[in-house]
Amino acid sequence: MTLLATERIKLFTTRSPWWSTVLALGVTVGLATMVGLTHDGPRPLTLTQTQFGTQFGLMVILVMAALAVTTEYRFATIRATFQAIPNRTAALLAKTTVVALLATVLGEIAAFGSWAAAKITATNTDLALTTADDWRRVAGTGLVYGIAAVMAVAVGILVRQSAGAISVLLIWVMLVENLVGLIPRVGADIQEWLPFIAVQRFLGNPGPDAVLGPWASLAYFAGVTAVLLVAALGSAAKRDA
Amino acid sequence: MTLLAVERMKLFTTRSPWWCAVLALAVTVGFAALMAGTASAESPITIAATQFGYGFGLMVVMVMAALAITTEYRFSTIRATFQAIPNRTAALLAKTTVVALLAAVIGEIAAFGSWGIATVIEPTADLAINTPFEWRAIAGIGAVYGFAAVIAVSVGVLVRHSAGAISVLLIWTSLLENLIMLIPRVGRDIHQWLPFNVAHQFVTGDPDPSARAIQDGPGLSDAVLSPWPALAYFAGFAVVLLVIALTVANKRDA
Amino acid sequence: MIEATGLTKHYGRTVAVDHLSFTVEAGRVTGFLGPNGAGKSTTMRMVLGLDRPTSGDVRIDGKHYRDLKLPLTTVGALLDAKWVHPNRSARAHLRWLAKATKLPRKRVDEVLDLVGLGSVANKNAGGFSLGMSQRLGIAAALLGDPKVLLFDEPVNGLDPEGILWIRRFMHRLAAEGRTVFVSSHLLSEMAQTAQDLVVIGRGKLIYQGTVSDFVENATENTVLVRSPELTRLADLLRADGVQVVEDGDSIRVANLASSAIGELAAAHRIVLHELNPQLGSLEEAFIQLTGESVEYHAHDKEPTA
Repeated sequence: MTLLATERIKLFTTRSPWWSTVLALGVTVGLATMVGLTHDGPRPLTLTQTQFGTQFGLMVILVMAALAVTTEYRFATIRATFQAIPNRTAALLAKTTVVALLATVLGEIAAFGSWAAAKITATNTDLALTTADDWRRVAGTGLVYGIAAVMAVAVGILVRQSAGAISVLLIWVMLVENLVGLIPRVGADIQEWLPFIAVQRFLGNPGPDAVLGPWASLAYFAGVTAVLLVAALGSAAKRDA
Repeated sequence: MTLLAVERMKLFTTRSPWWCAVLALAVTVGFAALMAGTASAESPITIAATQFGYGFGLMVVMVMAALAITTEYRFSTIRATFQAIPNRTAALLAKTTVVALLAAVIGEIAAFGSWGIATVIEPTADLAINTPFEWRAIAGIGAVYGFAAVIAVSVGVLVRHSAGAISVLLIWTSLLENLIMLIPRVGRDIHQWLPFNVAHQFVTGDPDPSARAIQDGPGLSDAVLSPWPALAYFAGFAVVLLVIALTVANKRDA
Repeated sequence: MIEATGLTKHYGRTVAVDHLSFTVEAGRVTGFLGPNGAGKSTTMRMVLGLDRPTSGDVRIDGKHYRDLKLPLTTVGALLDAKWVHPNRSARAHLRWLAKATKLPRKRVDEVLDLVGLGSVANKNAGGFSLGMSQRLGIAAALLGDPKVLLFDEPVNGLDPEGILWIRRFMHRLAAEGRTVFVSSHLLSEMAQTAQDLVVIGRGKLIYQGTVSDFVENATENTVLVRSPELTRLADLLRADGVQVVEDGDSIRVANLASSAIGELAAAHRIVLHELNPQLGSLEEAFIQLTGESVEYHAHDKEPTA
């Protein structure tokens, strides 16, 4: 618990988590509000339409989580951290936990905030959360943000540079996973197994012939993340700080 | 000319532009090789399809361009720069020019390299560059990279932090422009005028009817401008951003 | 010559430099003295046109820095040795500066040899020790063979060898007739290198003049006197309007030469056991002058736990 408290203090005494929070919540809820305000026509506003801003929030979370560890390398405070807590695995796990918890909370606020904003602003809606699937698609955002934050922290530990880690994460999520699908013949099959495509299945409505169901997709995403985290912790323990 | 030489020296005596250039080329050309290698008789490779990786190269080039200026702030060498060249507008314009030229060159090499590797792998495919559309689809990429680099340098000057500038650029180009499209009613109208969507129109827009299976290329733009005005619009956007950045840099403490 | 008139810089609500006016005479070494946080670096950045004064003005030989043609040939500066790209070699760093100043390439190797970095010129500056970085910074400052040189805390953090090297270098630059403006928060350091002083505290000018005048004016001269007739002597002195502080079995007499005290005692047939002039140290003088304007006071408390 001491370690968690330490990392919580470190995280909230710098500025980047604060502006990340404002940006992630502001833009996601803001987009949902705009969707609500501009919506008209015969078809009621759907749950999917209220949640599209959460994709943006995910990018902000990735950046925030990566920065939480790369700035420690940038300012060499990681050395102070390892001096105070020589068990590097424990220190980094504590950081990962705190960042992931923050990301989860932000994800829930962003998702339910978007849902509520659209419900309030739009006139013709069909936004009742009735089925388990409905709940998964809104409340699931928090889980996704939390696990994605762990992945970003792991990448941050491995790359150690803000610019590099952020570029890798954003280009991977937004571009590479989409481009892969364009490769003739094999592309689509590979794409099914890419981690953030799995996230889309979890937050969406995958058909019965999808390679993995929604919860299995989330488990797969968590598994990929765990592998990355183990690799990151292993390399951090071996490396000179 | 002296200032351009200075900025050229500064750019090429650090590692990140080399890395980025190699990465941009490797990925775009590699992707073209993959497309050509996996093409089949019923879906033959097209000129447009050789350029699938161009969006990826664009991201890498923008990261490179942003880093060229943000690392100067990061290591405070911007102060040494302004000490040697107190005319900040001239110093930053020289940097922008050098970075944009490098980006354009990377774009041309990436585009023709992608096309070239496809012709090597699939010698029987019809990949002759004939029509204006086909020329734009390949040679136009250098122009887009060049102006995108101007935008990236401007954002770098304004934001001054690598992480911030890169996040803004990547999220804007790859996500925000598309998300805005999803807003009901107005989203599409706004999207038609967003700069990177318009730039995409220059490369993919106005296909001539004789072009083969253009749907096999990168997704099409929904911009309403025709290709050359689209490029002018994109360039105009870059210039406006640059002017703002230069004004701010002149007012601010270094 | 550097001339500042009414130089002021605000950062938000903080006033870093407050109506500062001073001149740095040509061909002399001028120390720029003040406690940490007094506004020395801000002033130097304004001299170089890096920071914009909120109001006021600073000129070098009558010109604003921005209007200098090839400024590095007029003013060389070392404000922070770490202002180099860590992945760029020392030679590459100097080469782009030389190019920007239209200097021949061989000048780069000249200054590298001058500061003794010739053998590591192709190594990345990021791997340099502070001392080496400092030498690289000095090489950059000397590149354009400027008449005016600015150094901000050049000996900070250096080992004794490095300090000695910098000090000798300053003397050499001064001997060559250059104008040197060098900041420090250590008066003893300045006493070794500078002829003139500009002293500031909290952004305001406290003193400008020669080092020796500063020491004389600022050092409070007291004389320690012991005598069996201490009270009578003290009363006599007080009657003459002299300030006397009693201190156990002795008194401290302020601002009166020991000879005058001795003569007064002799005139009244008072036996003296001790007549000892107390010279305040330079540091004391400095603290006395700037004490009220120190930005951050340490609280004299025992550390708890």
